[in-house]
Amino acid sequence: MASIRLDQVRDAGFLHEVEEESGQNISTCYQCGNCTAGCPGAGFYDRQVSQIMRAVQLGLKDEALRNRSLWLCLSCSTCTARCPNNIDVARVMETLRHMARREGLVQDRPIESFWKSFLDTVKLTGRSFEIGVMADYMMRTGRGWGNMDMAPAALLKGKLPFLPSCIRGRDEVARIFKRYAETKKEGQQ
Amino acid sequence: MKIGVFVCHCGSNIEATVDTAEVARIALTYPDVAHAEDSMYTCSEPGQDNIVNAIKKYGLDGVVVASCSPRMHEQTFRRTVERAGLNRYMFEMANIREHVSWIGKDREANTNKAAELVRLAVEKLRRDAPLHSKQFDVTKRVLVIGGGVAGIQAALDCADGGIEVVMVERESTIGGKMAKLDKTFPTVDCSSCVLSPKMVDVAQHPKIKLYAYSEVESISGFVGNFTVTIRKKTAYVDWDKCTGCGTCTEKCPARHSPDPFNECVGETTAINIPFPQAIPKKAVIDARYCRKLTTGKCGVCARVCPTGAINYEMKDEIVTEQVGAVVAATGYDLMDWTIMGEYGGGRFPDVITSLQYERMLSANGPTAGHIKRPSDGREPGVVAFIQCVGSRDRSIDRPYCSGFCCMYTAKQAILTRDHMPESRSFVFYMDIRAPGKMYDEFTRRAVEEYGVQYVRGRVSAIQPIRRADGSLGYILRAADTLLGEPVEVEADMVVLAVGIEGAHGAGELAEKLRISYDKYGFFMERHVKLAPVETNTAGVYLAGVCQGAKDIPASVAQGSAAAAKVLSLFSRDKLENDPQIAQVDIKRCVGCGKCVDVCPYGAIKKIDFRGQPKAEVVETVCQGCGVCNATCPQGAIQVSHFTDNQILAEVNALCQF
Repeated sequence: MASIRLDQVRDAGFLHEVEEESGQNISTCYQCGNCTAGCPGAGFYDRQVSQIMRAVQLGLKDEALRNRSLWLCLSCSTCTARCPNNIDVARVMETLRHMARREGLVQDRPIESFWKSFLDTVKLTGRSFEIGVMADYMMRTGRGWGNMDMAPAALLKGKLPFLPSCIRGRDEVARIFKRYAETKKEGQQ
Repeated sequence: MKIGVFVCHCGSNIEATVDTAEVARIALTYPDVAHAEDSMYTCSEPGQDNIVNAIKKYGLDGVVVASCSPRMHEQTFRRTVERAGLNRYMFEMANIREHVSWIGKDREANTNKAAELVRLAVEKLRRDAPLHSKQFDVTKRVLVIGGGVAGIQAALDCADGGIEVVMVERESTIGGKMAKLDKTFPTVDCSSCVLSPKMVDVAQHPKIKLYAYSEVESISGFVGNFTVTIRKKTAYVDWDKCTGCGTCTEKCPARHSPDPFNECVGETTAINIPFPQAIPKKAVIDARYCRKLTTGKCGVCARVCPTGAINYEMKDEIVTEQVGAVVAATGYDLMDWTIMGEYGGGRFPDVITSLQYERMLSANGPTAGHIKRPSDGREPGVVAFIQCVGSRDRSIDRPYCSGFCCMYTAKQAILTRDHMPESRSFVFYMDIRAPGKMYDEFTRRAVEEYGVQYVRGRVSAIQPIRRADGSLGYILRAADTLLGEPVEVEADMVVLAVGIEGAHGAGELAEKLRISYDKYGFFMERHVKLAPVETNTAGVYLAGVCQGAKDIPASVAQGSAAAAKVLSLFSRDKLENDPQIAQVDIKRCVGCGKCVDVCPYGAIKKIDFRGQPKAEVVETVCQGCGVCNATCPQGAIQVSHFTDNQILAEVNALCQF
C-alpha cells in the first residue's frame, strides 16, 4: 500500500468545516483513545472513533467519511462522556454523517434506508410504528425477511401492533417535516 | 526643572507598531522637557552612555525612559542616572511595550497612547524629589515550612552555612511523601535508606530547631525581619518526656483508627508513632479515636508509659520566632480521585492509589512488604496500572501533567515483578514522559527486562465482576490506539497514578506569606524561567513540589537553590530599604490612628508629640504599599513619589481634552 502523502492530500478546509459545523475544537484531541475504549459498537467498526477523529485532524476527508462506523454509531454519547478534553465526540460523528450524505459517501445504504423508513412512519403517524417501519424498509432495500424470526416473540409481548397508534397533533409533526424540507430547499438555492 | 525623554525602539518590539520618533517629538512639547530623542536599544551600553552624555550636555535634572516594563530595566536606568550624578529616584519609566506595542496593532493609536504615557511620567517626575535609602538590620535566621525532602535539604544547607533554622512540620514526623515511598527511580534504591540520614541530620544539627506537629499561625514583617507565630498542636503527649519506646502503641485498645501515614491501607492505634525511623520519634494521640478523650474511660497509655509522658489535659501552644527569610516547602497532595466514577470512585476495594500501593510494597508498611488485595488478602496475579488519573484531563479541570507518575509507575511495575515473579502487569499510558537522566532507559527496562505490557490508551471504565470462586475481578475496557482496536484486561488489582495538586491549606498559607498561588494550590514563582525560587514577596523562597510538579532530584535541587538564596541574602549585615515609603505631615496629622490599624506591616506607631497624638512611620519597616495613604482622612500621610498630588497630576495630564 502506498503511504499517504500528508502534504498533498491534506484538506485543511475539511477540519475547519467539521469544527464549524459541530462546534467542537478537534485540535484538543490528543488521541488517548478513551472514545474507542468506551464505545459499545467498537467491535463492529471498520474504523475506530479515535481513528476517525485523527483523520479529521489530518484533514483526510475520504478516510473520515467513507466508513461504516459512522452508520453503526448508536449515538449513545459514551465517547462524549469519557473524553478528557471535553469534545462532544458523538456530535462530531453526527456532523460527519450529515457530510457523508451530502457528499454521497454513505457506506451503509441499508442503515441509511432504515433511518428514512423510521422517519417516514413518524411523519405519517407522529410516532414510531414498528410494522410500518419494517414494511417500508423491506420495500426500500428489497431485502428483508431477515428479522422475521423475532416477530412471534415480539407479537406475543404486544410489541408489534398491527395498526399504527397515531398521536394527537400528528399534523404538527408532519408540518415539522414540511418546514425542514422547505428550509433545505431554500438553503440549496 | 530640565527633563530628558528617551523613547526606545526595543529593536522592532516597539518600533513596529509605535512611531517612536513622533513620540519623542511630541514629548518635546511637554512642560520642562529640555531634550527628547528615540534610540534603538536604550538599555544597551551605548544607549545608557547616551543618557549619561545627554544629562551632562543639557544639564538635565531628571530622566524619563519610555520602553519596557519597570520590572525589566528600572534598576538599570536608576544606576545610569546615578552614574551621571543624579539621584537614582529622579527617574521615571513609561511602559510602552507591554502596555502599548505588544497589545495593539494600530500604529497611530499606539503612538498617541505612548505619547500620553510619556506625558504621565513627565508630570510625575516634575513632582519627584531626590530620595535616600535607609539601612536596617537583618535577623539571620530562616523559617522552613514543611519537612519533606525539599525542606530538609533547604534546612540542612542553610544550617551548614551557619544560619539558624526554624523548621515547622504539620505532621508528627518529618520526611514528607518521600518517607512513604518504598523505592525510588531510576536506581530502585531504598527511599528511607537515602532519606533517613538526612532526617537524622535535621534532628541532630545544632543550628536547626524543629517544630513537628505544628503549623504556621501567622507571619508579619518583611524581608530581614519577619515575626512568625507557630501553633504547636496538641499531641496529648509531653514530648520532652516521651522516649518513643512504643509501649503505648502496643497496649492502646483503640485499634481501628485510620492510618494516614499508610494512606489508610490498614488501621492503627489511636496513640501512634507513624513509622520506626520517624523524626522526632514521639507519640501522638488522635483525639477523634482515643477512648479516654471520647468516652472518658480508658487511660491505658498513661498507665503503661514508663516516663509519665501522657497528658490528656494538654492544649495547643503558641510560640513566636523571629526570622529574616522564609522557605516554603509544603509539597503536594493527591487530587480527589473519587470523582472518577468510571474507575469506581473509591467503591472497588482493589482499585487503589499508587501511594497506597507504595505503602504495600514497603517493608515497614501495613502488609510488611507483601502485595495483598484489600478485598481478600490474596496475592494478585494480574496488576493493571492506569496513568494520568486526574492529570491532563480538562473535563475535570486538571489540564496539567503531574510530572513524575510515568516514572513511578514503571518503578512499581518493576517492583511488582520482583515481589511476584509469576504476576503480569499492564500499564495503560497516553505518553511516556521520561526526560531525566537515565529515565527513558528505566522505562525501557520495565518493558524489555521485566516484560511489563505497556498499552497506549486510556481506560474508559473499570467493571467489577464476581468470579466463579467468589473472588472479585476487574474488567478494564480500553483501546490500544497503536493497534487501533478496543481491548480488555481482566485484572486482580488496579493501581491508579493519581494526579497531584498543591497541599491542602496551601492557599491559606500563601495568603499568610503574601505570595501568589494558582487555582490548583501551587505557589507562583517570581519569574517562571529566571526567578523560579523567588516569590513576589522579598525574602520568601520556594522549594519542591509546592511550586509545581517535580521529582525527588529536582526537589532536592530546588531546596539547595532556596538555601543559596537565603545565604546570599544573609551575606549582608544590613539591607537597604526602598525610600519610596510613607511620610507623615505632622502639621496635618490629627492622630486618629486609622493608619496604624490598616498598616499590614505594623510600620506605623502612635507617638506623643508635644502632648498631642501623632502617627510616625518606622522607615525601615514600611514597604510603601500605600494603604495608609488611601485611608488617611486628612491626607497627612503620603507615600513618596506616589503622593496624592502626583497621582492627580497624572490624571489631569491624561484628561486634558
